Amino acid sequence: MKNHRVPQEVNAGSMADIAFLLLIFFLVTTSIENDAGLNRLMPPDNNEAIADIKERNLFEISINDTDQIMANGDIIELSSLRKNVIAFIDNGGLLVQSEEYCDYCKGERLADLSEHPSKAIVSIKSQNNTSYPVYVAVQNEVIGAYNALRNRESLRLFNTTYEAINYDYYNDGITNTQKEKLKERLEIIRVLYPQKILEPQTVNN
Amino acid sequence: MIKFNKKRSSRSLPPVSTASLPDIVFILLFFFMTITVMKNQNLLVENTLPTATETEKLDKKDRIIEIYVGKPTNDGNANLGEEPRIQMDNKFITVDEVGDYALQALTLMPEHLRRVATVSIKADVGVKMGIIEDLKNKLRKVNLLKINYTTNEGAVLDNL
Repeated sequence: MKNHRVPQEVNAGSMADIAFLLLIFFLVTTSIENDAGLNRLMPPDNNEAIADIKERNLFEISINDTDQIMANGDIIELSSLRKNVIAFIDNGGLLVQSEEYCDYCKGERLADLSEHPSKAIVSIKSQNNTSYPVYVAVQNEVIGAYNALRNRESLRLFNTTYEAINYDYYNDGITNTQKEKLKERLEIIRVLYPQKILEPQTVNN
Repeated sequence: MIKFNKKRSSRSLPPVSTASLPDIVFILLFFFMTITVMKNQNLLVENTLPTATETEKLDKKDRIIEIYVGKPTNDGNANLGEEPRIQMDNKFITVDEVGDYALQALTLMPEHLRRVATVSIKADVGVKMGIIEDLKNKLRKVNLLKINYTTNEGAVLDNL
């Protein structure tokens, strides 16, 4: 007789409460870590003299103690910085006859801006009392300028953006042959617009 | 038809079944468990990160050295002052110690990751560049050249 009885059901009514407690515990104890930022590579620590740079190939950005931004001698707004940096890098100011003429540049080819993207150097200087967010914003704009140019060339050559290629490259779910191909493409674009950002030591005169 | 309607209305509404409620809550729970990361450091400094748009995702956690910079949060003791401080490994360190602690963190990593180690600088929006430059110089001295200014996603004009 006993074996024919229906086994008693466990009351699952409090299951929801238990789960809610756990959920609230995790909500309170954890925080969504942000794991993104601006990657930079610093120059190694040695005092080697830097090779001579022509003045036209150097784009100097300085931020002073009151967070004003100066680019190539003019005080400018942060919002117009990216445009100026793009104009500088993409200038391609060498003459058409010259060997290193930049045939993919779409700049205005002015005489006082860079000769070729591979020669263009952007320098970012800050002072002791410059606030960090402004510095990050300037870094962001310069990197943004490079990304915009790289995207343009990437769209022209491979029909996808540089960021998309970069994203796929660091994605785990691709085969090695795909990875090789993506790497090749990244290299091609990086040669066209190499990122040259100088961060000289803060000097207080 | 009429008969049917009459029969329905005479009965009271059946109660809503809550049997699937635990399942829904469990799904939520697992969702939060997977997307969140446990904080492995107790923050001793204020840490509101600046915003940027051109961010790249950081590498995996095992090759990151974190450095926090910011004004100390005065949890009940006001003698820490207002000057920004550097936090590594759950304690305040001075600028001169940054190199040592960074190298120590580096030796804790597996050997094959040491070459690709990145220093993530998590500095508060209230910090001035002086301390950041000092920090960067110390990192250059110990040849840790890959750095990351860790930021939140957002328009840069919010920084001004």
